Amino acid sequence: MAEDLRAVEGSRLADGVRAYLIIAWMWVRSTMAYRASFIMLTIGQFLGSGLDFAAIMLMFAHTPHLGGFSLGEVAFLYGTSGVALGLADLLIGNTDKLGQRVRDGSFDTLLVRPVPVFAQVAADRFALRRVGRISQTAVVLGWSFTVIEVDWTVGRVLMVPLMILSGTAIFGSLFVLGAAFQFWASDAAEVQNAFIYGGNTLTQFPPTVFAKDLVRGATFLVPLAFVNWMPALYILGRPDPLALPRLMDFASPVAAALSCAVAALAWRAGLRGYRSTGS
Amino acid sequence: MGLYAVVAALGFRRYATYRVATAAGVFTNTVFGFVMAYTYMALWDERPHLGGYGVAQAVTFVWMGQSLLAASSILGGGFEQELAERIRKGDVAIDLYRPADLQLWWLASDLGRAAFHLLGRGVAPTAAAAFFFPLTLPDSPVTWLFFLLSVALGVVVSFAIRYLVALTSFWLLDASGIQQITALAGIFFSGMLLPLALFPGRLGDVARVLPWSAMLQIPVDVLLGRHTGGGLAQALAFQAGWAAALLAAGRLVGMFATRKVVVQGG
Repeated sequence: MAEDLRAVEGSRLADGVRAYLIIAWMWVRSTMAYRASFIMLTIGQFLGSGLDFAAIMLMFAHTPHLGGFSLGEVAFLYGTSGVALGLADLLIGNTDKLGQRVRDGSFDTLLVRPVPVFAQVAADRFALRRVGRISQTAVVLGWSFTVIEVDWTVGRVLMVPLMILSGTAIFGSLFVLGAAFQFWASDAAEVQNAFIYGGNTLTQFPPTVFAKDLVRGATFLVPLAFVNWMPALYILGRPDPLALPRLMDFASPVAAALSCAVAALAWRAGLRGYRSTGS
Repeated sequence: MGLYAVVAALGFRRYATYRVATAAGVFTNTVFGFVMAYTYMALWDERPHLGGYGVAQAVTFVWMGQSLLAASSILGGGFEQELAERIRKGDVAIDLYRPADLQLWWLASDLGRAAFHLLGRGVAPTAAAAFFFPLTLPDSPVTWLFFLLSVALGVVVSFAIRYLVALTSFWLLDASGIQQITALAGIFFSGMLLPLALFPGRLGDVARVLPWSAMLQIPVDVLLGRHTGGGLAQALAFQAGWAAALLAAGRLVGMFATRKVVVQGG
């Protein structure tokens, strides 16, 4: 019995992934109808996400250290946060369009299709141009490896992909939480921007720059510190400004799993409570 | 004249309708203001008086940027997307035979929007910031008046640029790429990213004479009292000059577009 159930769950997941891929591919083809715009938008994404780094470089043109961190170390923070956000944004970033669909009633269309709703929402208007952000931040991350001085043990090397995956999951769960919130407040897409893009800007800079209360909030309320601050403190061999136990430096996967669980619950609650516009 | 006043009032009311969106926007501006203010404080901690700004002035610069972001529409978004869509669909043909001027119509509507955004999105973040950070705000009501004038001129420059961007739809059909690249230029050259006084050498010289500096850098410097007397007149004239030149360019491109381009589906 349990095995049957597991098989059903497994095939539902496979259905969802398959539907996601089909819908995403459809949007890629649709995007290519305006190829000039696609190229400009991808370059725009590349440059746009590079602007933040331009600001960092302009800052470092006036000082060798910011909050006690060098340009290379800040570039490492910038790159890890940016790649994680870029991946989450590419995979499920358009969940923030949910409010629009709730407002105009087109969300009902998704509900009657024989495809998992979450797969449809996640793949809705899938935007390939977002590789622009991923590639730009990956270039900065790659450059940072050549300038930071790190004693590369096996643990530290493994920590890099682990923190990017955890960071992707944390940003992804923020996207889903934001989407769930839009079931109640369909105009409030900006609130999730505050947490996601504000969180990205926050984690581009070292925690030593910010007031301790802000760092505490970004550790215990919204788990942004686990996107890169905590694991980066371990990799760069830096003391924790909050003086938390060193075990916290390795807690990113746990924080990621917890935030995904919270996001999943919020999504289910939002979907259950959804009332159509009725018109 | 009455017509355009009504259009402006409707532009104001249209944006005033979305209260949740306004509150959400204020929240976002405030979060970004906090994050950026701390990074500026870290920089000015290393280099006091950088670019001629004290720490409090630098922090004020951050919060003014967040407070004017929506009003000056530095990131774009607003009428130009609507106009671009009307051009793409061909609805612009209806707009063109209305007994109103296309550019003035949208200018009036955008000024109404900006007035709302200045009140709805500008006041609250600054008020919140005043609780947590030392800000340098002027005591003299005259400085505030010149600041408002400077903001208004900045909004007209911003409008004129976005009008030109929307008109590219006559040729490109999809203006979203151009819109994005213009938004990037807006962030970079307006002072939103970092005050233009911190831009090195030639880059700084160029950035200071481009029209985007009229959208944020100059209004904030007026507020901080960095332009006084003849310098103030010069700064306002610089903004007015760009506004006039870009509005004229918009008229010219508009004439050219409506003569040369056949609207599809007509």
